[in-house]
Amino acid sequence: MSPGRKTKSLQAEAWGKLKRNKVATVSFWLIVIVTLLGILAPWIAPYAFDEQYLDQVLVSPGLRHWMGTDSLGRDLFSRLLYGARISMAIGVVTAVISLVVGTFFGCLAGWFGGWTDRAVMRFVDILDSIPSLVLMILVKLIFDAADVIDNPELKALTGMLLALSLVSWVSLARVVRGQVLQVKQMPYVEAARAMGATGLRMIVQHILPNIIGPVIVLLTFQIPSNILYESFMSFLGLGLQPPYSSWGVLANDGWRSMNSFPHLMIWPGVAIFITMMAFNLLGDCLRDAFDPQMRGRL
Amino acid sequence: MITRIWGWTSLILFAVTVTMSYFDFPIPRAVWWLDGILWLGGTAVFIAARGMGVFVLRRLLETVFVIWVIATATFVLLRTLPGGPFDQEKALPADIKRNIEAKYHLNEPLHVQYGLYLKGLSKGELGQSYKYIGRDISVIIGDSLPASIQLGVYALLISYLIGIPLGVLAGWKRGSFMDSGSMFLAIAGVSLPSFLMAQVFIQVFGYQGLNWFESAQWLGPEYYFLPMVVLGIRPAAVIARLTRASVLEVIHSDYIRTARAKGLDAKSILFKHVLRNSLIPVLMISGPLAAGILTGSFVIEQIFNVPGVSKHLIQSVTNRDYPLILGTTLMFSLMLVLANLITDILTAVIDPRVKTL
Repeated sequence: MSPGRKTKSLQAEAWGKLKRNKVATVSFWLIVIVTLLGILAPWIAPYAFDEQYLDQVLVSPGLRHWMGTDSLGRDLFSRLLYGARISMAIGVVTAVISLVVGTFFGCLAGWFGGWTDRAVMRFVDILDSIPSLVLMILVKLIFDAADVIDNPELKALTGMLLALSLVSWVSLARVVRGQVLQVKQMPYVEAARAMGATGLRMIVQHILPNIIGPVIVLLTFQIPSNILYESFMSFLGLGLQPPYSSWGVLANDGWRSMNSFPHLMIWPGVAIFITMMAFNLLGDCLRDAFDPQMRGRL
Repeated sequence: MITRIWGWTSLILFAVTVTMSYFDFPIPRAVWWLDGILWLGGTAVFIAARGMGVFVLRRLLETVFVIWVIATATFVLLRTLPGGPFDQEKALPADIKRNIEAKYHLNEPLHVQYGLYLKGLSKGELGQSYKYIGRDISVIIGDSLPASIQLGVYALLISYLIGIPLGVLAGWKRGSFMDSGSMFLAIAGVSLPSFLMAQVFIQVFGYQGLNWFESAQWLGPEYYFLPMVVLGIRPAAVIARLTRASVLEVIHSDYIRTARAKGLDAKSILFKHVLRNSLIPVLMISGPLAAGILTGSFVIEQIFNVPGVSKHLIQSVTNRDYPLILGTTLMFSLMLVLANLITDILTAVIDPRVKTL
C-alpha cells in the first residue's frame, strides 16, 4: 500500500513548490482571469459581438469604444471578449478530447504491446508525417464538405475541434505509451498482477494515477498551441468565419487594414500573446515541479 | 583526418552556396555538382562505413510506404466527398460537364481512377489542375518550390544562429542577468503569434519605418530578410531553451568536472567539451523544428506574399482544386519525412553512441 502514499506526498510537495512560485501563481491567475472574461463575455461586454454601428466605423480607441471599432463599426473590445470565449473553449475542449483519445490509445499500445502496439504506433507515425497544419486543413476541408451538421456556425466550430484534436492526440498517445511501458516494469504493478488484478483495474488503479504528472504538463502546453493553431487557421481564412469572433478571426480582420488602423491587429495579437505566455510559463513551472527529469525538454 | 577535411570543406561550401543564393548570385553548375558530390557522396561513404546501409534503406522504404498511405487516404477521402469540384457555381450544361469529367477521368469508377493516379505518381506526375486549366501539378509545385525551400532553409539557419549562442550564454552564465533575460526573450518568442511579430517587424523595418527591407514579394535579398527572420524566431526560441538545458546538463557531468580539475581554462572547456556535447540534442530536434517551420511558413508566405507552395495549398482548398491539394499535401509530407531522415543520419554522424538498427 505504500506506493500510493509515497506518490501523494511527492505530489503534495510539488503543489507546495508551485504555490510558492511567483511566476506560476501570476500565470495561473492570468489564465483564470482570461477564462472568466470569456465565460462572462455576454454580461460584461459593452456591446454585442455582431452589433454594427455604421456611424462609428473604424473609430480609434477612445472612451466610448475602449479598443476602437472595426470596418463594420463593431466594438473591438466586445469582440475580443467573445473571442476569448471561443479561443479558450477551443483550446480546452481540444485538450480534453485529445486527453481522452490519447490516453486510451496510449494505454492500449503500452499495456498490450505486440501487434496492437505496432498498429497504433504505425498509425501515429503516419499522422506525424503530415505537417500538422496541412493535416488540419485537410480534416477541416473534408468535414466542411461532408453533409453532417446543418447549422453552419456549429459546423465550422466542430470541424475546427475535430481538426485540432486529430493532430494533438498523437503526442499525448506517445507520452502515455512511454509512461505505461515504464510503469509496467515497476514492482508494485507486478505485485498487483500477482495478486490477480485484471488489466482494466490495473490500468485505472495503478498506472493512470502514476502517469498523471507528465500528462498534465503536456496538456498545459497543448492548450496554448491549440489556441495558436486555431488563430493560424482562422488567420489563413480556413478556420472560423466572421461575424463569429475568435482571436484568429479578429487578427485576420485586422490584418487587412493594419497599416492605417493598427489597433485592429494589435489588440487580438496582444490577447493571444498574453494568454500564450501565461500558459507557457505555467507549463514550465508545472514541469519543473512534477517532472524534474523532463526539465528543459520540449 | 580525412573526415575532418571533408566536414569542413562541405560546411564551407554549404555556407558559400547559401550565401550566394541569398544574394541572388547565379550559382554555377559546378558549385551544385560539388555540393552534391561532397554531401551525398560523403554521406553515402559514411553510411557505408558505419554499416548504416540497411538502416537508411529501410527508412527510405518506409518513406515510400508512408507517402503511399497518405496518397491513398487523401485520394479516397477527397474523391468520396459529396459535391464534385465542378458543380459549385452556376450549373454547367450536362454535355460540358460530361466532357470535363471525362478529361479528368472522373467518370471512371473509383478504383480505375486510383490506378491511374498511382501510375502517374510512380512516374512523378501528379495530374492536372482543375483550376489552372492544362497546367500540371508538378509544374505548379516545381515553380513555387524554390521560394519555399529558400525561405525554410534560411529560417532554419537563422534560428540556429540566434538560438544556439543565446542558449549557450544563458546556460554558461546560469542565474545571471543574461540567463534570465535571454530565457524571457525565448519564452516570449514562443508565445508571440507570428502575424503580430510580422507586423511589428514590418512597421519598424518596412516602408513606414526605417525602410531597410521590403515586406512583400520574393525578389532579392532585401525581400528575403523579414520573412526569414520572422519565421526563424519561434524555432530560435525553442533552440535557445533546449541549448540552455543541454549545456546545464553537460556542465554538471563528470567529464567536465575532470576537465576543470585538470586545470583546463574555461574557454577550451566551453568550446572543446561543453559545446560539442551539448549540441547533439539540439541537432536531434532539427526534424521537429523543420515541421514547425513548415507550419509557420503558411502564415509567413501569406503575410509577406511569398510565391511558395503553401499559398497554393491554401488557394487550392478555397478553389476545391483536388489534384493540387493532393499534390501539395504529398510534397509537404515528403519534405517532412526527408527532414526527419536527414536529422537521424546527421545525429548518427555526430554522435557515435547513437544506435542505428
